Amino acid sequence: MAAGGVSHLAENGRAKWAKVSHPPIDYQDLHYYAAPKKKPGPKSLEEVDPELLRTYEKLGIPLHEQAMLAGVELPEGETSRPPMAVDAVFDSVSVVTTFRKTLEEAGVIFCPISEAVRDHPELVRQYLGSVVPVGDNFYAALNSAVFTDGSFVFVPKGVRCPMELSTYFRINAKNTGQFERTLIVVEDGASVSYLEGCTAPMRDENQLHAAVVELVAMEDASIKYSTVQNWYPGDENGRGGIYNFVTKRGACRGARSKISWTQVETGSAITWKYPSCILQGEGSVGEFYSVAVTNNHQQADTGTKMIHIGRNTRSTIIAKTISAGQSDSTYRGLVRVLPKASGARNFTQCDSLLIGDQCGAHTVPYIENRNMGARIEHEATTSKISEDQLFYCRQRGLSEEDAVGLIVNGFCRDVLKELPMEFAVEAQKLLQISLEGSVG
Amino acid sequence: MTQFLDISGLCARIDADGQEKEILKGVDLSIPPGEVHAIMGPNGSGKSTLSYVLAGREDYEVTAGSVNFQGKDLLEMEPEERAAAGLFLAFQSPIELPGVNNANFLRTAVNAVRRARGQDELDAVTFLKTARAAAKELSMAPDMLKRNVNVGFSGGEKKRNEVLQMTLLEPSFAILDETDSGLDVDALRIVAEGVNRLRSPSFSALVITHHQRLLDYLVPDRIHVMAKGRIIHSGGPELAQQIDREGYTRFLAEAEAA
Amino acid sequence: MNAITQDRSDTLAPFGTRLDGVTDPVRKAATGALHRSGLPDRRVEEWRYTSLRFLAETPLAAPADVYDVAQIQAQLEELGLTDGPLADLPRLVFVNGRYAEAFSVLPAEVDVSLFAKTQTFGPLSCPDRDPLTALNTALAADGAQVRVPAGKKGGDVLLVSLGQTDASVSFHPRHSVTLEDGADLTLISIQAGRGRYLHNPVLEVSVGAEANLRHITLQTEGKEAACLATTYAQVAERGTYNSFVLGLGGVLSRQEIHARLAAPFATVHVNGAQMLGGRQIGDVTSVITHAAPDCISRQTVRNVLDGHARGVFQGKVYVDRVAQKTDGYQMNQALLLSENAEIDAKPELEIYADDVKCSHGATVGALDDDQLFYLRSRGVPEAEARQILIHAFLDEALGLIEDDVARTVCTQMLARSFPVAGENA
Repeated sequence: MAAGGVSHLAENGRAKWAKVSHPPIDYQDLHYYAAPKKKPGPKSLEEVDPELLRTYEKLGIPLHEQAMLAGVELPEGETSRPPMAVDAVFDSVSVVTTFRKTLEEAGVIFCPISEAVRDHPELVRQYLGSVVPVGDNFYAALNSAVFTDGSFVFVPKGVRCPMELSTYFRINAKNTGQFERTLIVVEDGASVSYLEGCTAPMRDENQLHAAVVELVAMEDASIKYSTVQNWYPGDENGRGGIYNFVTKRGACRGARSKISWTQVETGSAITWKYPSCILQGEGSVGEFYSVAVTNNHQQADTGTKMIHIGRNTRSTIIAKTISAGQSDSTYRGLVRVLPKASGARNFTQCDSLLIGDQCGAHTVPYIENRNMGARIEHEATTSKISEDQLFYCRQRGLSEEDAVGLIVNGFCRDVLKELPMEFAVEAQKLLQISLEGSVG
Repeated sequence: MTQFLDISGLCARIDADGQEKEILKGVDLSIPPGEVHAIMGPNGSGKSTLSYVLAGREDYEVTAGSVNFQGKDLLEMEPEERAAAGLFLAFQSPIELPGVNNANFLRTAVNAVRRARGQDELDAVTFLKTARAAAKELSMAPDMLKRNVNVGFSGGEKKRNEVLQMTLLEPSFAILDETDSGLDVDALRIVAEGVNRLRSPSFSALVITHHQRLLDYLVPDRIHVMAKGRIIHSGGPELAQQIDREGYTRFLAEAEAA
Repeated sequence: MNAITQDRSDTLAPFGTRLDGVTDPVRKAATGALHRSGLPDRRVEEWRYTSLRFLAETPLAAPADVYDVAQIQAQLEELGLTDGPLADLPRLVFVNGRYAEAFSVLPAEVDVSLFAKTQTFGPLSCPDRDPLTALNTALAADGAQVRVPAGKKGGDVLLVSLGQTDASVSFHPRHSVTLEDGADLTLISIQAGRGRYLHNPVLEVSVGAEANLRHITLQTEGKEAACLATTYAQVAERGTYNSFVLGLGGVLSRQEIHARLAAPFATVHVNGAQMLGGRQIGDVTSVITHAAPDCISRQTVRNVLDGHARGVFQGKVYVDRVAQKTDGYQMNQALLLSENAEIDAKPELEIYADDVKCSHGATVGALDDDQLFYLRSRGVPEAEARQILIHAFLDEALGLIEDDVARTVCTQMLARSFPVAGENA
């Protein structure tokens, strides 16, 4: 598999159509694998890097979970409410997976993919690379060649996963690219909700995140995949920051299966991702809810692909784009209806909000329909925050910055409400933080 | 000088389609503490502009005059500072805020103002209790707190929502800009009662209206007639009936002659 | 990044030696650009939905100077130019890209000269960027150069292009229309013909301050023909360019419009309708550039696609940083009548100014079953009911044509080429 990936790297060029620009990346200069340094585990939360704790807090990870994540032993007798099981991936290596026992009892496998390769080789062999082939695109090929770890989830027939699963990604080491691989397989009638949080500390140089995520949903299965991406965006002058080039794709293989992507993208110097749904199963459903915020010199080119193959397949796309500073943000999405997809439906709504006159917001939908029985609707708007709304809020005593935050959160509501509660609250705060300094 | 609200020689203009347009041409008006004044006048006389200029809308440029509000230069203040200082404007056309929950908006506003006034912020439970009680007084449907600010509200609901905000923000001076327009008699009475409840020696109001009807419920201490950007006549509450009977023609003619 | 400097001249093989020996500096530059770019294939983003493979199949010679007068006369009659509302209008007729004096009637208030004589290219086109404009620039032989003096009303003028050939040929007329300040004109372009040919016109339009140009294009090219037309329009302060394209003919057609709102309060309308069947491919591509504040652009394009036809809509609205208070609206709708028809749409907003109001929409669907049932329940036979609904769908677009004569003619041409339901499936 890895060798196949390498051979693809040579022939597979980087796509030239995305509306992003960056200096060439020296792929030889990146460390493809950096295991975190082994240190004796901290004894209490006070000993943990406060920066790390802040990121956990931002991500809405409950305190006892934070303790566990940071390797702190829980005091004896404390019974923790298990709202969420976490797999933390630092610099491409899975360091801790929580609540495995509870999950095992339910029949759910949630472990680092390195372990899954060892313990469940037949499952991994059957599904890995089945949604995102090795040669799919340059960054997927790069990932296939060099990935070292990531998360694996398997939910067997008829099981509703008893808790939210979460992977928390962090790039720590200098000059590291993170190339994790996530594979989620949900069997007939089963369901799972999966959260992904991403952060990285400040660095002057750019770092590369080229992950691959594959989802497989069988008959009547449902996968909800939520991302709050807050990689380091670089400083006000555009120095440093993560290049976030991620391939995410889900296959709705079974009838009536459902895959729902929700993303809040506030970080990264450059974001370039199109979480997609291949709607094969009859009556299967794909959803994409996105908020992308760019400020300073950030660039984002993000959207989705909905490929309607089966009959009566449905897709919904809601994308909210906010640009501030000197940033550029693009929604780019494809809705393709193939000849057999009679009764296919798509609704797309893209709204862009511009804050300041030095930024750009772009909307590029591709609509390709080869079936007369399909119905596709696309709507897009671009506007700024209205003076009326700002004045109204300020007349009621809100500062301009708070008023902007309030209006922006309102603008994003249709997407934020798709996030699990705890994430939604944090996502709102993140929006406000990432727009700091953009008004006035 | 009343030491509460003193407007003197106020001139303001707006830039409309590349053309500078003078709208306020020397407004003089004083409102003492505890009094309710009304402004009546024909369309385009500058009534709404006066309310916007007092609340601090940036598209109007003040070219002359001064406004003193409780000892402070009002014109130097940001809109939110004016709100914190106790000035409230009930908008003629309340603005819709899609996606912004009404209760959340109210609480954010109330706490912002309380912070600025050195008061403790209200916690969610206390706030909701207060807000629900106030909404009930105004005969508002309970779900209006859950809906998005003014989105999908009927004209009457929007106006009630304005009065609800006024009640919770506890202003010392409220401007009601045609709050009566588009209201049926019942709604009008409810809104007027809402304002009357606030009346006290430490609350003043400026009511902008076209109709005498509102003033039946909300009896003002003084009535001012505004035309062509100035106050051209002032009198007691009886002026409302006179205007209702005779219109503005006589006042306009007198002003021309003067 | 890979260098894309490879020579792509091989795609120009159909034109044989026609591109050799060019001496004029403008043509030479265009030929050079063309040799570098070649004819675009679908890897070029602007051409991802329209393949020019059709052109590569046969050599495209220069057309013969002689043509069959009787056949041209017959074509003019067929187009309703000898009888009916168009009969009395002044007209500039081109046959195989050459001005045909015998069939033309010069307009009164409008100055007309011929490209064959002046050999001057306008300043608005982009041969460096657009290969088909480069091709036109290299090979243009003739064209109409129309000028309406300041403040004059030019009335209705027909610009007719007829192809008439037995061999497979290409012609590349180079037209320009200039409205001086305050001038007014309705230009009705008719593109038609018989035989296998490539019609590759370039039109440069300059609309002066407070001038108003209504430009209606009726494309009803021959069944074997390709029409690849590019228009560059520039509009000055408070000027209006109101264009409408009705696409009916050709096996392959592309109407590409680049409209630039160059000064405040200018207005551009780029509307259109296509009705295609068989194996037709019809492409409406537009780039509307808001380069000044306070401008308005409107675009409504409707497609009806039957048989194996494929409709393409690409519409970009570009709003420059200086273009505050831009008001842009774009709507593309398609009706698919057959299981084998296809629509590819790419509406695009690229916006750099913050105080703007821009929106676009796109819908794709089949005829509404409820409406169909309603009509049938009132006794209308199914085939007729379908036609009524298709008509209604297109009529809303045709209603945007501001010139009565042009609207009537478009409606008539549309009715004539109407498919009987199911016939082309």
